[in-house]
Amino acid sequence: MALLEVKNLGVSFGGLRAVDEVDFHIEEGQLYGLIGPNGAGKTTIFNLLTGVYQPTEGTISINGENIIGKKTSDINLVGLGRTFQNIRLFHNMTVLDNIKTALDNQYKYSLLTSILKTPKYFAIEEEMDREAIKYLEVFGLADQADILASNLSYGPQRKLEIARALATKPKLLLLDEPAAGMNPNETVELMNTIKLVRDRFKITILLIEHDMKLVSGICEEIFVLNFGRELAKGIPSEVLKNQAVITAYLGE
Amino acid sequence: MKKENTNKNISKKVTNKKNIVSLVLIIAVYILLAVLVENKILNRQFRSMIVPIGANIMLAVSLNLVTGFLGELSLGHAGFMAIGAFTGAVFTLNSNLPGLLEFILAILIGGIVAGLFGFLIGVPVLRLKGDYLAIVTLGFGEIIRSIINSINFPSGLDPEGVRIMRKGTMGLTGIEIYSNYTWIYIATVITIIVIVNIVNSRFGRIMCSIRDNDIASESIGINVSKYKVITFVIAAFFAGVAGVIYAHNFAIMMPTEFDYNRSINILVFVVLGGMGSIRGSIIAAILLTVLPEFLRETSQYRMLIYSILLIGMMIFNNSDLKHKLIKKKA
Repeated sequence: MALLEVKNLGVSFGGLRAVDEVDFHIEEGQLYGLIGPNGAGKTTIFNLLTGVYQPTEGTISINGENIIGKKTSDINLVGLGRTFQNIRLFHNMTVLDNIKTALDNQYKYSLLTSILKTPKYFAIEEEMDREAIKYLEVFGLADQADILASNLSYGPQRKLEIARALATKPKLLLLDEPAAGMNPNETVELMNTIKLVRDRFKITILLIEHDMKLVSGICEEIFVLNFGRELAKGIPSEVLKNQAVITAYLGE
Repeated sequence: MKKENTNKNISKKVTNKKNIVSLVLIIAVYILLAVLVENKILNRQFRSMIVPIGANIMLAVSLNLVTGFLGELSLGHAGFMAIGAFTGAVFTLNSNLPGLLEFILAILIGGIVAGLFGFLIGVPVLRLKGDYLAIVTLGFGEIIRSIINSINFPSGLDPEGVRIMRKGTMGLTGIEIYSNYTWIYIATVITIIVIVNIVNSRFGRIMCSIRDNDIASESIGINVSKYKVITFVIAAFFAGVAGVIYAHNFAIMMPTEFDYNRSINILVFVVLGGMGSIRGSIIAAILLTVLPEFLRETSQYRMLIYSILLIGMMIFNNSDLKHKLIKKKA
């Protein structure tokens, strides 16, 4: 069974058909790319997958479990983590607290424990600190754990957002243009980190990207979206030769 | 009081330096307060302000939880205070328990009933955001006051043993004066400790995450509406407790004391003290409760001067001058 199965997905906003008849499935451990020109509906698909929008038709299932109609927070608990195109960090919290917030569902304690500051509170908080630092180390952010997230520069902010999503222990990680706004060197570095993350945390990744070359470099399979519809899908080397894809990207 | 805190520190296991300093400070302030009051160094006017100051601190700190940490603007805090005040007062007027027990029970009941209303109002209202939430909470605060106005409250027995019913608009009279400086001090310190501990726990983290970015909070599995309601209920509970204590300071209590002016005043404490700063809320609540009393001598210009001072303080709070002064100190 595929980890993520999307069938006949479609959504309309008023008269606008944003996504139409989208079908794809992602196997466990895959690095899957979703590409397309601006306004093709890539982020809309992410928002449908994470329950921010409700689809007009179609089904989405993770490990066979239907997730349509579930709340965003419950979909995360099923195993879907995400980042955002425009970075959404908890800016006025420390880097460490950003991760600890994401760990919350794995380390719960009651309100009474918080108020009385029982030994349990200290034990759990310490364990959370240790766990959070582990995630920060993967991204080289451990020495910046105590600064405010808003004081990080752009690249590290992107990394922190990925680390935060990973801390919820997702089965499938959705990355929305993780390389947006980065220079070529940073992008290459980030792509290597993404590969490393996939191997180290043994998760599946669905990636939105603009840059075709980049995506074809690391993704095992890609899906090309144009005007909300499928243009092509398959292994990168074949898709990139597809005449329709070339036309959509470069014009006639 | 002393015992309460030592117990807390033992259970904390970590008797770190900061906690010991706080404990010493808490006891020192209490002794100072006791000396000032018992030896009548403070005049009557200032002695009578101790309870309002404590109640205002509790209100400011609890509203800060909603406004400063959760990031939602609530303008109905006086409504929850009113619920606590009337529930607590009706309880003490009609029960025959010994004084101390009666007062402690009244505080708990007042807080719990206010918390319950916080839940009932919070569930539908917290779906709204920003200005909309502010207006709706303002409306709810006024609705609570109107309802209190129209209820008949049982207020004790008359000499023949018949229960007296008093109209809400007439207010409650004959309330036992339980609130003295010791009680208000204990209640205020406990409120501050509890709220600081909540802020430093996973609940505080979640509140801040919702304030900073609710969509991202949802995406990492946080049930945003649930935690909004929890925060709202905690704040309402402490507003209720403050209400009970405030009510047992005067023999007469009128519903008009809990109108939106009071809600706005509490918000002013929070904003002046700094959103998300517990210490700031405490200082602002003390300062702005005492200030109008100092200005009493200026008679008809009182509110004018008060407003001007308030504007001045707000500007200073946001100025470079203040940051420079803080830097110099550090």
